[in-house]
Amino acid sequence: MHPSGVRTKKSAGGLVADEPLWLRVLLIGAAYAVIGLLILVPVAYVFVQAFAEGWQGYVKNLWHDPDTRHSIFLTLTVAPLAVLLNTVFGLAAAWTITRFKFPGRTLLVTLLDVPFAISPVVVGLMFVLLFGMQGYLGPSLRQMGIKVIFAWPGLLLATTFVTLPFVARELIPLMESLGSEEEVAAVSLGASPWQLFWRITLPNIKWGLVYGIIQCHARAIGEFGAVYVVSGRIAGETDTMPLRVEKLFQEYNNPGSFAVASLLTLMALVTLAGKYMLERYIAQQMAATRENTES
Amino acid sequence: MSISIRNVSKRFGAFTALNNVSLEVGSGSLLALLGPSGSGKTTLLRIIAGLEQADTGSIHVQDSDVSQLSAREREVGFVFQHYALFKHMSVFENVAFGMRVRHTPNDEVQTRVNELLHLVRLEGLGSRYPSELSGGQRQRVALARALAVKPRLLLLDEPFGALDAKVRQELRTWLRRLHEEMHVTTVFVTHDQEEAFEVADQVVVMRQGNIEQAGSPQDVFDHPATPFVMDFLGHVNVFHGRLEAGQMHLGGIAVEYPEYQQTESRDATAYVRPHEVELHRSPQGDTSLSVRVVHVNPAGPVIRVRLLSAAGAALNVDLSPGQYGELKVRPGEDLYATPKRVRVFLPDDYSI
Repeated sequence: MHPSGVRTKKSAGGLVADEPLWLRVLLIGAAYAVIGLLILVPVAYVFVQAFAEGWQGYVKNLWHDPDTRHSIFLTLTVAPLAVLLNTVFGLAAAWTITRFKFPGRTLLVTLLDVPFAISPVVVGLMFVLLFGMQGYLGPSLRQMGIKVIFAWPGLLLATTFVTLPFVARELIPLMESLGSEEEVAAVSLGASPWQLFWRITLPNIKWGLVYGIIQCHARAIGEFGAVYVVSGRIAGETDTMPLRVEKLFQEYNNPGSFAVASLLTLMALVTLAGKYMLERYIAQQMAATRENTES
Repeated sequence: MSISIRNVSKRFGAFTALNNVSLEVGSGSLLALLGPSGSGKTTLLRIIAGLEQADTGSIHVQDSDVSQLSAREREVGFVFQHYALFKHMSVFENVAFGMRVRHTPNDEVQTRVNELLHLVRLEGLGSRYPSELSGGQRQRVALARALAVKPRLLLLDEPFGALDAKVRQELRTWLRRLHEEMHVTTVFVTHDQEEAFEVADQVVVMRQGNIEQAGSPQDVFDHPATPFVMDFLGHVNVFHGRLEAGQMHLGGIAVEYPEYQQTESRDATAYVRPHEVELHRSPQGDTSLSVRVVHVNPAGPVIRVRLLSAAGAALNVDLSPGQYGELKVRPGEDLYATPKRVRVFLPDDYSI
C-alpha cells in the first residue's frame, strides 16, 4: 500500500552498514544489555518468585484464595467493559472529528489527550469528589440506590477514563488519511448510514481499530492509580488484580503476590504477541497487494 | 430526465461558489460544464447530485423538486475525479454495491454486473481489485458502478482529468458512444475546452460562480458572448483600438466591423483568433499590418507563427500546412498581416 515508505526504510538500513564494526557491536550490545537488565530479568524474576512454592503452590495461591479469585474475575469483567465503551466512543469521536467541520473541533482533539496528561491518582480523586458521599452527585445517586465510589461502577468509570484516548487516537489519523471519498461514493450509490459504516468504513479501518483495542485492553488490565483511589480496596469486592498484587505484597505474602503478578504479566505478553502477529499479518497483506499491483 | 436548475446560490464562507445560477438540461442530452478552477462547476455538479446543499434556489428533475432529497434518494450516478473505488472490494463487488445495498436478488446482480462489465469492456476482470487496474480501467469501473443502479442522471466530475493524453482521447470517444447507446441525461465537468467540444452536445461556460454562456459547441465557439469565453476557448490576439462607422481602427489599419454603425468614435478591444489572420509577402492596402516573424513551430497539423508588429505588439497566427507550403515563412522575415475577422465586445453588450 505504501511502497515508497518501504523503500525509504531499506535505504536507511544501508547507512548503518557504513559505521565501523566496533561501534556497531558497542551500540547493539548496549541495547541488548539495557533491555535485558530492565525488562527480561525482572519479568523472569516475577515467574521465578511465583513458582517458588512449585506448581501446586502457584495454583493454590491463585485459585484457593477467594479474594484473589474475585480480583481476577473483577479485572476480567471491568477491563473488557471499559474496552467496549472506549471502542464505541473512539469510533464515534473519530467519525465526528474526521468527517465534520465544526467549531471547537481542534479543541476536542486536544481534550481527547487529557486522560493521558492527568495523573491517574488525580483522576481517581476527581471521581471521588464528584460521586463520593461528600461529592456533588454522590448523595442524590445514593438516594436512587446507585453506588459509584467504592463499588464496581467507580472502577469502570476510572478505567474507562484512563484508557479513553487509545481507540480514538489510533483511528483519527487513519480516517483522516483515508478521506471520505469512498464514503461519499457509497452514499451516492444509495447506502444508508448503517450500510455505509459496516460495508465501507469498518473494512477500511478494521486493523487500526483492532490495534487500538489491543492497546486499550493492555492498559485497562494494568490500571492501578485511579482504581486505587476509587475502589476503597475492599478485598473480595473492589480489589482488581493490580490492587491485589500490592495488598498481598504489603502482607508479606510474596508467593501470592507474585502469582497474581505473573498472571498479569502473562496477559500482557499475550496482548503483545497478538499485536506482533497483527503487525506481521498486515505487513504480509500489504506485500501481497504490492505484488499484485506490480505483476 | 430533464434537469432544471433554478436560481441556485452557494457560498463557502466569504467565497461565492455559485451566484444565482439557472440552467436547463434537456432530457437525454450530454452537457459539459466548462470553466477554470474556482468557477463553481464542480459545486454545481455536487448540488445536482445532492452531495452539497444549495443556500438558495432549487433543483428539479423532470419537473419534480428534488432539492430536499438526500444524495441516496436522488438516483443519480456520480463518477468521481479520483474514481473513489472501494479498495477492499473486487471489481465485481464495486459494480454490484448499489444493488447490494438495495437488497437486489443475487442472480439479478450477477446478470446486471456481467452486462455492465461487458459494456465497459472489462469482462474477465471482475475478480481483480482496484489496485490491480490501470487508471483508464479504474475510471471505467467507476462508470459501470454508477450505471449499475440505472440512475436517472449521470454526473461526472472531471472524469478524464487524471489520465494520460492517449487514454483520455480513447475514453472521450467511448463516453460519447456510450451516451448514444444509453441516452441517460449526462452532465460532466471539465476545464479542458477541447474535451467539452468533442464530447458534449451542450456546453456551459462558467466563471466565478456565473454562467457566461450556454449553447451548442459550434455556437459557443463561433459566437462567444464575452471576452472571457473568447479567451477561454483557445488562443486569441487582443488589440486595443477605436471603433467608428462600421470600422475598427487598430494600429494604422482598418478592419470591417459592420455591427457598429454609429459615427461617434469610441475605444474598444478587438479579439482575433490566430487562424483568422492572413499573412502576405506584400502590403494589402490599409488592411494589413507590417510584422516581423519571431518564431515558427511547424510541428503538428497547425503551423504556429509568432510575430511582432512594428509597434512592438505580439501576434500569433496559425497557418494550415497548405498556406505554410506557399509562404515558406522563416524567422526574421518581414511580412504583412491581415485580420480577416475581429470580434469586439462593447461594455454594453454584456454585464457582469
